Amino acid sequence: MHSVLGDRKAIVILLGPALLVYSLVMLAPVLWSLGLTLFDGNALFGFDYVGFHNLATLAHDPQILSSLGFTVKYAVVITVGQVLLGYLLSLLYVFALRRASGIVRTLVFFPVVLPTVAVALMFQQMFAIAPRDGLVNELLHVFGVASVDWFGSPDTAFWVIVVMDVWRSMGFYAVLLYAGLVDIPEGILESARLDGANGWRLVRHIVLPLSLPVLLSAVIFSINGTLKVFDSVLALTGGGPGESTTPLTLYMFQTAFTYGDYGYGSTIALVLTMLSLGVTLLVFRSSRNDITEVER
Amino acid sequence: MSAPAPTSVDLVRTTATAPAPTPAGPPPRIPRFLRRLPVRVLVAVLLVIEIYPLVWLVLGSFKTQNEFLTEPSWALPSRITFDNYVVAWTEGDVSSYIRNSLLATAPALAFIIVFGVAAGFALEVLVWRGRNKVLLAFLVGIMVPGQMILLPLFTAYFKVGLAGTLWPLIITYTAIGLPLTVFMMATYFRAVPREVFEAAALDGASVLRSFWTIGFPMVRNAVLTVALVQFFFIWNDLLIALTFITGRDLRTIQVGLLTFSGEFGQTAYGPLFAAICINVFGTLLLYLFLNQQVMKGLTAGSVKG
Repeated sequence: MHSVLGDRKAIVILLGPALLVYSLVMLAPVLWSLGLTLFDGNALFGFDYVGFHNLATLAHDPQILSSLGFTVKYAVVITVGQVLLGYLLSLLYVFALRRASGIVRTLVFFPVVLPTVAVALMFQQMFAIAPRDGLVNELLHVFGVASVDWFGSPDTAFWVIVVMDVWRSMGFYAVLLYAGLVDIPEGILESARLDGANGWRLVRHIVLPLSLPVLLSAVIFSINGTLKVFDSVLALTGGGPGESTTPLTLYMFQTAFTYGDYGYGSTIALVLTMLSLGVTLLVFRSSRNDITEVER
Repeated sequence: MSAPAPTSVDLVRTTATAPAPTPAGPPPRIPRFLRRLPVRVLVAVLLVIEIYPLVWLVLGSFKTQNEFLTEPSWALPSRITFDNYVVAWTEGDVSSYIRNSLLATAPALAFIIVFGVAAGFALEVLVWRGRNKVLLAFLVGIMVPGQMILLPLFTAYFKVGLAGTLWPLIITYTAIGLPLTVFMMATYFRAVPREVFEAAALDGASVLRSFWTIGFPMVRNAVLTVALVQFFFIWNDLLIALTFITGRDLRTIQVGLLTFSGEFGQTAYGPLFAAICINVFGTLLLYLFLNQQVMKGLTAGSVKG
């Protein structure tokens, strides 16, 4: 019986195509990209071996520091924003709306499926100042505040990105965390209520400790995703004003394709990968769900 | 999402606190209504924040250029006309962007599903040495940022002569989609009792036959979920399309939309709003009908971040 389920020919037929495509188009390019960090040049004009010159360049490139700083700042702020708001929403679903939460969950989730470019262009128009004010500046006028040039300064541009991405993703994290909250046995909550824990005290002492594992996974997923931010920033601010909102991903893209420097582009990609890999190790260490099962 | 099964903790607690007194009867009507009021207001504000921008977008797509420049942006359009949509669809090339997106997405999706489900089956149901290592190798791919493979692939596609076609997109989407698909399918196959396949093997079914007639049908719903997840990743992708598509005539909808405003000189608001709407409505329609599967799938695929 096991000899049938261990049929070598069948394994090759079923696994072969996926493994072949994956190895050729993912694994091999990763190694090739590692090799590229030792070269200068690009696909059109050829490559020159430069050894560790690209790595040395990293050390005194002010833009890499600024991009790394933006990437980390973005990842931390967005993660706090979307996990915190997502958690508050999931508490709202479970404890205030209960059975009626289905439609609200579905509606708040929906911006997640919208194309990032479309959402970014929409936010560009909402936060516009010229040639006419967008929705947000019009709202400010109602309170007697003058129009703000949102994309004109690094700080306000950063916060527009934050508002947009949190608007998009909080419904997603709410559903993710909702699944964790629903798993808390009703009996525990019931006996805590009988012991007099209600409202804030119930959340603080019973619900929060019990949902820590799923919160932790959410934080790690979020950091892992936000470190790779590309579409929303490119479509919303284009990295500007200046280079102030340029994450590593965009800096790599510009270095490689605008300036034709594949070697240094690969080096930046490597920095990004190491950063993601660090977070990935965290995933393996601390998440208790399916991922660790795979390790068996 | 099924109802939580009673756990041992549950049982212990309920027996410890048995006989649990049932909560007192419903509180008086008006206080209850007032008590619910803050929650209702909160939910209303929440829904306005999430939904109104989209309503605003749709209203904008009906406005004339003159309305955009002279009226406040929250004003209603003077009349409902689809002129802006026609302009976006024809002069704005949105029709060709959508066609390119479909031509790249459909084959990639087909490859991902066929290869991914088969691989998930081979890695979870079939018994052989080293399968866990292979699964782990696929898992690593979920975490690799796209930037790490762009440059070698660009060089390779250029050398092989695939540049200038949609094939670079189809191939790259397939490769990037496979790790998560294999991982998710392996998880779904794990839930199918092994006895099913062992019985089939005893009855003399070959592995390929039991994959096709038993395995695949049993995870059909999971396949739909995985396909939806991958559809959204591919359809909404910007990085890959922006890298491998250099010619104007092969642009996908996301790349096309990114350059849309520029070509109209940043002033043709109506067609821009209409083009954004066209882009949004495809995914919105899918979500309207399949929202439960989409929510389930996307949260299950959250490892990808």
